[in-house]
Amino acid sequence: MALLELQGVTKVFGGLRAVSEVSLLVSEGDIISIIGPNGAGKTTLYNMLTGVYRVDAGKILFDGKEIQNRPPRQIVRAGIARTFQNIRLFPTMRVIENVLLGEHINVKYHFWDLLFKTPKYRREELAAHQRAIDLLESLGLAGELDNYAMNLPYGMQRKLEIARALATNAKLIILDEPAAGMNPQESEDLMAFIRELRERGITILLIEHDMNVVMNISDRIYVIDHGKKIAEGLPQQIAKDPEVIQAYLGKGGAADGC
Amino acid sequence: MEKLISMYDGLKDFVLSYKRIVIPLFYLVLIPVPLVVSNRYVIWVLCLIGIYSVLTLSLNLIAGYMGQTSMGHAALYMMGAYFSGLLGSKLGWPFWVTLPFGILGGALGGLILGIATMKLSASYLAVITLAFGEVVEMVVLNWNSMTNGPLGVRNIPGPDLFGFGLSPSNGGFYWLMLALVTVSVLISLNVLNSKFGRAVRAIKEDELAAKLMGIHTAAYRVKTIVLSGAMAGMAGAFYASMNHYIDAATFSYDVSMTILCIVIFGGLGSIPGMIIGSCLLIAFPEVLRSLSNYRFVVYGMILILMMRFRPQGLFGGLSKRPYRLPKGVDRPNIAEFPAKADVSGRERG
Amino acid sequence: MILEQILNGVMLGMVYALIAVGYSLVFGILKLLNMAHGAIYAFGAHMAFLAVSMHFGLPAALIFSATVTGILSACMDSVILAPLRAKNAPNITCLISVMGVSYIIQNLMMILFGSTKKNFPKLFDFGNVTIFGVTLTSAQIAMFLIALLFLMMLTLVVNYTKAGLAMRAVRENTRAANLMGIDVRRIVTVTFFLSGVCAAVGGVLVSGYYQMVYSTMGTEAGLKGFSAAVLGGIGVLHGSVIGGIVIGVAEALAVTYLGGSFRSSTAYIVLFLVLLIRPSGIFGRHDVDKV
Repeated sequence: MALLELQGVTKVFGGLRAVSEVSLLVSEGDIISIIGPNGAGKTTLYNMLTGVYRVDAGKILFDGKEIQNRPPRQIVRAGIARTFQNIRLFPTMRVIENVLLGEHINVKYHFWDLLFKTPKYRREELAAHQRAIDLLESLGLAGELDNYAMNLPYGMQRKLEIARALATNAKLIILDEPAAGMNPQESEDLMAFIRELRERGITILLIEHDMNVVMNISDRIYVIDHGKKIAEGLPQQIAKDPEVIQAYLGKGGAADGC
Repeated sequence: MEKLISMYDGLKDFVLSYKRIVIPLFYLVLIPVPLVVSNRYVIWVLCLIGIYSVLTLSLNLIAGYMGQTSMGHAALYMMGAYFSGLLGSKLGWPFWVTLPFGILGGALGGLILGIATMKLSASYLAVITLAFGEVVEMVVLNWNSMTNGPLGVRNIPGPDLFGFGLSPSNGGFYWLMLALVTVSVLISLNVLNSKFGRAVRAIKEDELAAKLMGIHTAAYRVKTIVLSGAMAGMAGAFYASMNHYIDAATFSYDVSMTILCIVIFGGLGSIPGMIIGSCLLIAFPEVLRSLSNYRFVVYGMILILMMRFRPQGLFGGLSKRPYRLPKGVDRPNIAEFPAKADVSGRERG
Repeated sequence: MILEQILNGVMLGMVYALIAVGYSLVFGILKLLNMAHGAIYAFGAHMAFLAVSMHFGLPAALIFSATVTGILSACMDSVILAPLRAKNAPNITCLISVMGVSYIIQNLMMILFGSTKKNFPKLFDFGNVTIFGVTLTSAQIAMFLIALLFLMMLTLVVNYTKAGLAMRAVRENTRAANLMGIDVRRIVTVTFFLSGVCAAVGGVLVSGYYQMVYSTMGTEAGLKGFSAAVLGGIGVLHGSVIGGIVIGVAEALAVTYLGGSFRSSTAYIVLFLVLLIRPSGIFGRHDVDKV
């Protein structure tokens, strides 16, 4: 069954149809990429998916439930978490606090519990910290637990952002250009990391310009241009699709990853 | 100058890392004060410092943790004082019964402010609180039948404990203040070390990112202002019972600016900063009476100079100590924290 | 009766519009609420008071006050705010600094001029004028015309001069304007100067209308101007003008029908309502979060 399904999703800014009747399907355990030239409407699509923008027409189904136009907090609770094109960590908070913020929706106690430090509060905090440490350890970030997010090197910040998204217990993680600004070695590591995420049973939706990454790890690719879906299929098919080459690879030279 | 500042920072970190010794020592010195000091005026000033400590801890929730400012905090203080003071004066209710109403009064003010600003960017709260302060003052001055207008409220009962009246002159109120400040510090600490505190700090750092972590940012903003209002209201109730008399002029714009100034001076987000800041800035004008005309000019200068040269204040800034995990969590086997951390360069904010 | 109150409101509202435009100018460029605007307004009124008490005429006093206040406002920016911007300090840092400036100005005025209310000469007394059967004092009309004149001059500056073009460019996109060779710092200084001039002219007009000045007069006027700016959509100049007139009329009607104690609270009530119903104001753009 499809985990995420978009049916004719449309977003209009003024007179501009930034996203026009896009439909797509993401099955559980997939790694799906969305590609397209700059300004094609990919990030707008992400923003609708995560509740930042309103959807003007169409439906978004997640786990069989409609989630379009819900506030972000309900979408996160439903099981979608994301990262950002330009990293948005909480810079002067500790690495572990960033992860704990991802766990926010899973830490369940009332205001009075924290005011009086009830056993429930202690239990929940303990468990949340333990989960955060386990997560950091499994991602090789435990050594930076005490550090402030802003002090981490770039690659680790990307990783921490993904860790924060994972901490929400999301079923679907949306990555917005995770390989941006990475050198070939770092992109290799990233690909391994994304595959590892899939091993954990997480479904991944990816926007990426780095064709090397996209072609290597995607199960399926959707191509968007001028807000419209112009192609979909396996990486090999997309690479050969004449319309895609015309709209995307032919025009911009974006294929070399800039 | 650079060297002096780094020496000071070293000292600050040293003192803060020996909390377990410093804090009991603090209490050991503070508790016997009324038994030793015979000057009742000094005790009065110390009680006032206690009240300002609570007020600044309250504003610190909004300014230090959430990154917004209030220019009308005195209005919340005033609501607490009038709610509790009027019940005490008109109906003769004892202090312990009117205190919860004072807290409610402050919280109510916070709720109004919170709802009006929950969808706005941080700078709006400053102006809205200013307007709110004007409105509250106007209501108090004009609603003669209830508040007695500019003449103020008299005969507010003082607190008592098992039949003993507690007042600054017998030292009882001083100990009560000490307890109140302790309670306020505990509230601040408990809020800080919880999902509530983390959420509020995340809002300050990046509200949209916080929203996309599933945090109901608008609700947290309102809750924080309500909590802050409740604390300010509590301080108001205590002030009313200490002075037995309140009027609108007691809670002027100058009081709001004094509170803000102490928070900035002590260091946004720092709990010891609030208390030490209150000690310095409340005691200073009492000591230097000759400068009292320029007192508020100095406060203005403090705001500007601090923002320019030391935005983290006396005690704020990023801690260099490792993160404190809750008891029972195993710390992963990793290198010592300060070796890797670089906290010197960036300011908080 | 209603018409008379409405006209009264429009006359006074024009001055609120002038103050509101001062907020909007700065907010449009820096996204900063200039909390010192009220204090600067009071400073302007006091400068005119000083000039008048030294037997300059009122027109000379107005020009003197506008110049000095404009310079003060520009200095505040270059001495206090520019270094903070250079450090890329967060907005709240600038906001708190401006509060500090406001507080210093207010208290220095209190020390230098005393805290009592002082008499200020009436604006142009030529007797009364009757329009549509409504009698207006010449002071009111003068106030309206001077405010209108300044607003028109400001519109000309912003829309038809090179500096105005640069201002609009900086407002749209500071970085791009900088890359196009616009001296952003100078434009910000000019903006603060103009904003200070608006405050000073507003201060002189209101002082002439009520015939008094006092050191804390800025708080209330500042808040009214702010309410007007928010109502019109802060950062939008014509919005501020309309907001000012609406606040003026609402105030005049509230005083007539609800009583004098509602004079200043009207503006705050309008402010609360706008923030609850439409925080971006009548003409404000609803900004979308950039991700």
